Amino acid sequence: MSIAAKTHKPWRSIDKTVLMQQLIVHLGTPFLAMFITINTGFSGYSGFLVVWFFLHLVTASLLGKFGKRKRAVSDSLFEVLSTAAVIAFLLFVISVLEPVFQLGLENFQVHHLFEDAKDTGVDTSLDIGGLGHALLGTLMTVGLATLFSLPIGILAALYVTEVRGVLTPFVRFFVQAMSGVPSIIAGLFAYAVLIASGILTYSGFVAAIALSILMLPTVARTAEEVLKLVPDDLRSAALALGGTQWRAVRMVVLPAARSGLVTAAILGIARVIGETAPLLLTAFGNREYNLNPLEGPIATLPTYIFQQFLLGTENDVRRAWVAAFVLLVLVGIVFSLARVVSSRFKQA
Amino acid sequence: MITTQEPKVSEPREIVVTRRFSDKAFRSILILGGLFAFIALSGIFGYLFITSLPVLQYAGISFFTDSFWFMGDNLLPNQGSIDSPQLGIFAMLWGSILISSLALLIAVPISVGLALAITHFFPKFLSRSLTFVVDLVAAVPSIIFGLWGAYTLAPHAQLWAKWLNTNLSETFPIFAVDFQYFGQSPFMAGIVLAIMIIPIITSVAREIYGSVPRDLITGAQALGASRWTMIKNVVIPFGASGVVGGAMLGLGRALGETVAVFFVLNLVTGDVNWFNILESEGGSVASFIISRFGEASPLEVQALFGAGLALFVLTLVTNALATLIVNKARRRR
Repeated sequence: MSIAAKTHKPWRSIDKTVLMQQLIVHLGTPFLAMFITINTGFSGYSGFLVVWFFLHLVTASLLGKFGKRKRAVSDSLFEVLSTAAVIAFLLFVISVLEPVFQLGLENFQVHHLFEDAKDTGVDTSLDIGGLGHALLGTLMTVGLATLFSLPIGILAALYVTEVRGVLTPFVRFFVQAMSGVPSIIAGLFAYAVLIASGILTYSGFVAAIALSILMLPTVARTAEEVLKLVPDDLRSAALALGGTQWRAVRMVVLPAARSGLVTAAILGIARVIGETAPLLLTAFGNREYNLNPLEGPIATLPTYIFQQFLLGTENDVRRAWVAAFVLLVLVGIVFSLARVVSSRFKQA
Repeated sequence: MITTQEPKVSEPREIVVTRRFSDKAFRSILILGGLFAFIALSGIFGYLFITSLPVLQYAGISFFTDSFWFMGDNLLPNQGSIDSPQLGIFAMLWGSILISSLALLIAVPISVGLALAITHFFPKFLSRSLTFVVDLVAAVPSIIFGLWGAYTLAPHAQLWAKWLNTNLSETFPIFAVDFQYFGQSPFMAGIVLAIMIIPIITSVAREIYGSVPRDLITGAQALGASRWTMIKNVVIPFGASGVVGGAMLGLGRALGETVAVFFVLNLVTGDVNWFNILESEGGSVASFIISRFGEASPLEVQALFGAGLALFVLTLVTNALATLIVNKARRRR
């Protein structure tokens, strides 16, 4: 999204000297940095990156000052600095994802997806047992949470777009404020309301309540955005045909925004699928399949990762990485689904 | 016979909307749905407050200003306690604020750099893919950042911390430590949180920077401004309040982060680590709750709800301020 208007200079052909100078400076600097890193006190990748960064600041400004294409030194500095921010961010991202894929794929076996952990003790070989119970638990709790939060989220969005009453700014403000509720607070709340009061035990249902609190603001805000895109003409036309407002919404507005509402649901799912803290307080964890969301602790992928990692033995940590890999793949699927559906919605 | 007829002028009528019953019902259901967020928020506050009330009454204001976590015999004096608990979460509150501010300090410059690169520097295809990566990172679960912090970052960050300590601790006392062990420090937690909030700040900043009116940009260029001069004098002032709001949204997220911090921070309840960010002791209310909850007695659970209340209020205020600032910035454009 480059907003800045380009200055076109069609009369100037691409100058080979300029290009050569740029290539030499921008590609040569890392080598010079490597040379300095090896021959001085700096060490390792971090040392190289730091040297490269400062060296490039100097070389780029020198190029701007004395190269064939003159430009302000501050321009060169800005470009190096913002590129450095991008590179630093990308390096961090790669270092986050790399071990998940590397260790996850290395230890992943297909039967992990279906077997539960009832036969595995501490440090059992990865040939036995798996995380199927956690995968199913995640799907169940997140599915239930979607079931709770999607209707309420859409209602909140419909209030803003259809009723347009005096409360509109307040509704939006509180939805916004709710999106800042820390996940652990949602867990504490669900625990206090349903478990501490003795209504239910640790269970998938309580976990779903906690998750739907976190999901609701995302769903409501996205739904509001897509309902706003439904043209007012459609609403007026439906009303002019003699429809009641309820019918106009049900038969015209909602169908028109259908795939956008699917996007809202998917974004909500993406928001909560990796939540750990509230699940530790409400779902707790289990070693076996638990198909009943109303009774008994249930395992989920994030709590499984948490507990396996804290066990700390070699094979248990490997199991944690496998689960992290499966979770990340799940997040990736949800994320790409959201992209596909929302791009379709924008085209329609 | 000619009769003149008065021309009929119809009176302007008042338009009255009488809604049918079905519409009235529909609209009231929508109002209920709209108010749900408010109901949920007050419900959360109410439950946290009521559950923690006995402990708050016992400990009073010192619950938020003292640094103790001693459960004694798990009874309150009015329940016949001989060894009364002493409760205060100030070290945790301060720790939360310290690591979150540290995270902001790291994240804001990187986010601004990213957002400027996306909106005003990179060619279109690079900008698009970078935006995609930023959005993707926003969806990565926090527990994976926790694993990353404990497994990948910790060995490196210990080296960086050691370097900072040996070379800079005399000029900057914040790098001083009592013990030469650099693991599980606020510094490390700050880095992990920074990576987690960069996508949030970047997406707000990108949106604001991308909406700078074209007239202003071309105007600056027509006056002969170079790219940086234009950005410094037009883009950055225009987006300032948006970036501040985005940073506060990130701050709210960082304050409430639980498991990622739990993996990389050594929680010490009895002693406030004011500014020694490399010292292996710190605090975080959210991680503290999760670390104690599993083995807590009923009284301790009540006390943890008190801690939750403090966290809830803190994040709510931060987020409300952030929302106001961001909305103001959006409206101005």
